[in-house]
Amino acid sequence: MERDGFKKNRETRRIFGSAGILRSVLDAVPLSIVVMDRRRRIRFMNRACEALTGFSSQEAFGVPCSHILRNRVCFQDCPIAKLDQAADPVSVESDLINKERQLIPVRITLAPIKDMDGKVTGFLESVEDMRFLRRSDGTMSRGFSFGRIVGRSPQMEKIFQMLPFVAQSDSSVLITGETGTGKDLVAEAIHEASSRTKGPFVKVNCGALPETLLESEIFGHKKGAFTGALEDKPGRFRLAHNGSLYLTEIGDLPYPLQSKLLTFLDDQVVYPLGSTSGFQANVRIIAATHRNLEEMVREGRFRKDLFFRLNVVRLHLPPLREREGDVRLLLDHFLNTFAGQLNKDIGGFTAKALEILLGYFYPGNVRELRNIVEYAATICEGGKIDPGHLPTYLLEERESTPDREETQREPLERLKIADSQEVGETWEATERKMILEALMKAGGKRGKAARLLGWGRSTLWRKMKQHGIEP
Amino acid sequence: MRKKLLIPLHGNDVAPRFDLATEVLIATIEEESATVEEKTVVLPHASPEDLCHLILTEKVDVVICGGIEEEYYQYLRWKKVRVMDSVIGSHRLVLKRFMEKGLRPGDILREEMGGNPQ
Repeated sequence: MERDGFKKNRETRRIFGSAGILRSVLDAVPLSIVVMDRRRRIRFMNRACEALTGFSSQEAFGVPCSHILRNRVCFQDCPIAKLDQAADPVSVESDLINKERQLIPVRITLAPIKDMDGKVTGFLESVEDMRFLRRSDGTMSRGFSFGRIVGRSPQMEKIFQMLPFVAQSDSSVLITGETGTGKDLVAEAIHEASSRTKGPFVKVNCGALPETLLESEIFGHKKGAFTGALEDKPGRFRLAHNGSLYLTEIGDLPYPLQSKLLTFLDDQVVYPLGSTSGFQANVRIIAATHRNLEEMVREGRFRKDLFFRLNVVRLHLPPLREREGDVRLLLDHFLNTFAGQLNKDIGGFTAKALEILLGYFYPGNVRELRNIVEYAATICEGGKIDPGHLPTYLLEERESTPDREETQREPLERLKIADSQEVGETWEATERKMILEALMKAGGKRGKAARLLGWGRSTLWRKMKQHGIEP
Repeated sequence: MRKKLLIPLHGNDVAPRFDLATEVLIATIEEESATVEEKTVVLPHASPEDLCHLILTEKVDVVICGGIEEEYYQYLRWKKVRVMDSVIGSHRLVLKRFMEKGLRPGDILREEMGGNPQ
């Protein structure tokens, strides 16, 4: 027996060789793992845990686990105390707040690490991110939805049909759409439905940091690469290894970093700042922007070759005003959600409130609609939501609209009108166009054209002269 | 210049979570004379909403805390309160570092740090 045990240990040593190899093995595990000493101070955190908490293993070294994991159970009922009585690992559901200020539901499992004599030398903790599982309990099974995205308009149906195929492929995805259309949700949904779902989903806002910081944030750096680089930083690419890297606001990525990203897309190797050796990262890129990348390419502000590499699969999210029938669906959906969260008995919207809500243009898209409903649900004490519960700017906007018929039109219809006026044109150009159209309709007769425009003949003559239109 | 600071506490350390703190340190600092006036407030229960309310009624200028949810962070910023989050260390050391103008969000001050909650 003893001999067998000795042989097994030798075998173990042969597999792991040194602590360094054990670290690299734990780094390859997609589950967050923390190793603590007997005083519950962190000795090691694997890469998945770095991605989840936002702290690097070096930063966390020697710090009590409650300061890094910031788990609710640390302050209420530390499971390590239960380990003394239980022979098996202890598992508890709880939540943590990471460095990115997200509250994340997690399941933690704790097991003691024992030496050959059975003496406890430390603890091994695994932390399972429950966000995706929680969401799949409720929202993923609902009709007219994919992940947390809700809609039944033909435009959204087309997106829902595409998403499962997009998720299953491993190609780069470019998500475009106005602000508030749900680009982040689509990126998350793609990751959740992909084969990388067990891996990390790491998000980087390319517009949030200055160029130098962004480079070290995305690609990482070596100790001493620049003043203040006191330790190695893995970078988001490394943290997203075997998962997805979501680059939001890719249109704001500085030009020099665009070429570095292009290099990665070409050979899948990341070179941290100050390092000569690269790291082979298995990362799927999901990029999003509200900017018009084609236009940026034409203006020379975005690299053409990078655009083509990101644009392998393109998903364009339509603005809410173009999603026929979705406003009503989303109003009900969010009202149900918020009424449930606030524990209120709200039975829907009054006809007057609904008229205002359906007639609104929603420049902030679904995000704005969601905020309006959240506000209304918070203000409303029960019964139905009436105009008094809506944000005042909605009512002011309505009062300032001169044509009541205009507000009662379907949003799509109003869009067509807006489109036909070519948004962004000056009033002079629009007026000139109006005069020409009236003249064409009137067969060149100025009297009839003036009547069509609601002007006097002299006004038309003056305006034609002003715009250089020859009679 | 006079500045009012609030640090949610857990024992002698900055509380790892803003929403679960039941004790806070309120320190008034006179920058010219480098004097500090301190008081500790014990809260009836842990509530991030009540803590935000206390911060506003006490007219606090700076909050130094550990983990804080984005919602409360943005709310305090909107109310013109400076928030230095993800700070780890004993409140003495954190306060000292703040007065030396050397404290930054995310700083981990290892010296004197207490243990895990029991």
